[in-house]
Amino acid sequence: MKTTKELQVIATQVRRDILRMTTNAKSGHPGGSMGTADWMTAMQFNIMKHDPKNFTMEGNGQDMLFVSQGHITPVIYSTMARVGYFPVEELKTFRLFGTRLQGHPSTEHKLPGIRMASGSLGQGMSVGIGAALGKKMTGDDTLVYTLHGDGELQEGQIWEAAMFAGAKGIDNLISTIDFNNQQIDGTTEQVMNLGSLRSKFESFLWTVVEIEDGNDMQKVLDGMEKAKSLTGKGKPVCVILKTQMGYGVDFMQDTNKYHGAVLSADDLQKALPQLGETELGDF
Amino acid sequence: MKTYENQQSKELRAGMGEGLVEAGKQNENVVALTADVKGSVKMDGFAKAFPERFVQCGIAEANMCGIAAGMSLCGKVPFIGGFAEFVTGRIYDQIRQVVAYSNKNVKICGSHAGISLGEDGATHQTMEDIGLMKALPNMTVLVPCDFNQAKQATIAAAKHEGPVYLRLGRSKMPNFTEENATFEIGKAQMLNEGKDVTIFACGHLVWEALEAAKALEAEGINAEVINIHTIKPLDKEAIIASAKKTGAVVTCEEHLINNGLGDSVAQVLAMNCPTPMEYVAVDDKFGESGTPDEMLTNYGLRAKDIVAKVHAVLKRK
Repeated sequence: MKTTKELQVIATQVRRDILRMTTNAKSGHPGGSMGTADWMTAMQFNIMKHDPKNFTMEGNGQDMLFVSQGHITPVIYSTMARVGYFPVEELKTFRLFGTRLQGHPSTEHKLPGIRMASGSLGQGMSVGIGAALGKKMTGDDTLVYTLHGDGELQEGQIWEAAMFAGAKGIDNLISTIDFNNQQIDGTTEQVMNLGSLRSKFESFLWTVVEIEDGNDMQKVLDGMEKAKSLTGKGKPVCVILKTQMGYGVDFMQDTNKYHGAVLSADDLQKALPQLGETELGDF
Repeated sequence: MKTYENQQSKELRAGMGEGLVEAGKQNENVVALTADVKGSVKMDGFAKAFPERFVQCGIAEANMCGIAAGMSLCGKVPFIGGFAEFVTGRIYDQIRQVVAYSNKNVKICGSHAGISLGEDGATHQTMEDIGLMKALPNMTVLVPCDFNQAKQATIAAAKHEGPVYLRLGRSKMPNFTEENATFEIGKAQMLNEGKDVTIFACGHLVWEALEAAKALEAEGINAEVINIHTIKPLDKEAIIASAKKTGAVVTCEEHLINNGLGDSVAQVLAMNCPTPMEYVAVDDKFGESGTPDEMLTNYGLRAKDIVAKVHAVLKRK
């Protein structure tokens, strides 16, 4: 277990990784990655019960995480490397030919820690439900986590899955929504207003936890611990995680510009000092 | 020539249902999921025998596919059952991402496939499913020819590690293969050896091919009949050997002419031993309502249609 302060340092390093990986690859999705860096760091280092050095596809006795919006690979890979799934220096191969760090998560390239491909949106909650059912059938009392973008909730399959999980009481599942109100064509409100996510999920028979500031490490830790405490009570748990796309660099925030666009080499040099260096060091 | 008797017409989907119960007895990790069509896809026997291993997903095939992929991570061997169109075309992208690309041990059972579904009409009569499924890397595509073979193919699919699509019809069709024959995935089944022409068939049209061979025999034409119950991986050696022997090929399938068995065979022939070839298949159009018999007859999928194509190909030999 890391202290909150230590996690904050890791999240800062993760943000440096995200920007350097994407600028190096000249492609990728830094915006949502920056916004979820605190949550992903908290999950990998403190919240989840898992053993990065001894990854197995079956994951018996270990919590599982499925990131349904597979485009945020920069934050997925950085946090995975930093927690020990694979060498940190491998981050420099992101999106390059021959890499295990594919543009979107892949099992075909055998990267430890990835159990399912994602990228085509809306599918991760179903996968998480399946793993949660599998764990129940095999008597494994560990948890399954999924992460979704808010724009991703426009995919119909999400609501098939939400209906199933509520109706069948899949109570070893925690699904987190990265609610940053941004998507490719504009704000989520402009593209397709989601209305009240709390009432939507509650009416689908879920328990809902809200984290008011998903870029505040302590609030993330407290919110996720609360979510864990609500498992095993007959209902799936939904966490609404309010974040800022691009968090940590002023000109990347409050815009959807960097959803799928990377910083130029010049802009990277403007961004990195805003984050500051850490004792962990760059890859 | 070798003769085959119809023991008693039965539904292939029912063969799958019996095979699934048997697979469930053999392996406690076999689980079954359906989308509100438990009875239609004959999963009711499994659900009764193993209620704790049966998952009712409601009318939500995409979600069912993802759940199956997730369950497979925990060592389960999930069979998902639905109408063939809705567990292939409707959820093609889901199958592509979390079953085929992720290479999960999920078995897709598509019942009501083909135009012999009949009265339901074209929305439900998929004739594109073989093409869709064979296009996916990692996917094995099985098209058994009768009840007995559907049962054995299901048992074989459960033992096979990796994604499988199992294509099944709804209607009662002749049941003529040996009851407990071993089903070997990827191995073409020689039903009648001949020397003048080869008829490669799959699914319900294997019986029609045997009927055609009988009629051709009466004309003095000696037809080889081979059941290609595995479209992928294709038994290329068997296809090449037979085409070289007879020098003329007719393919037969209850599928559109594009992307089915015929195209798979044509690719092998073109690359290895170009051979005159004719297709018995549905020519790039949707089906309609009618009885199964009317469908097969009006869409050119009968023994007499196979005979006509044999005559045509022999002229090109």
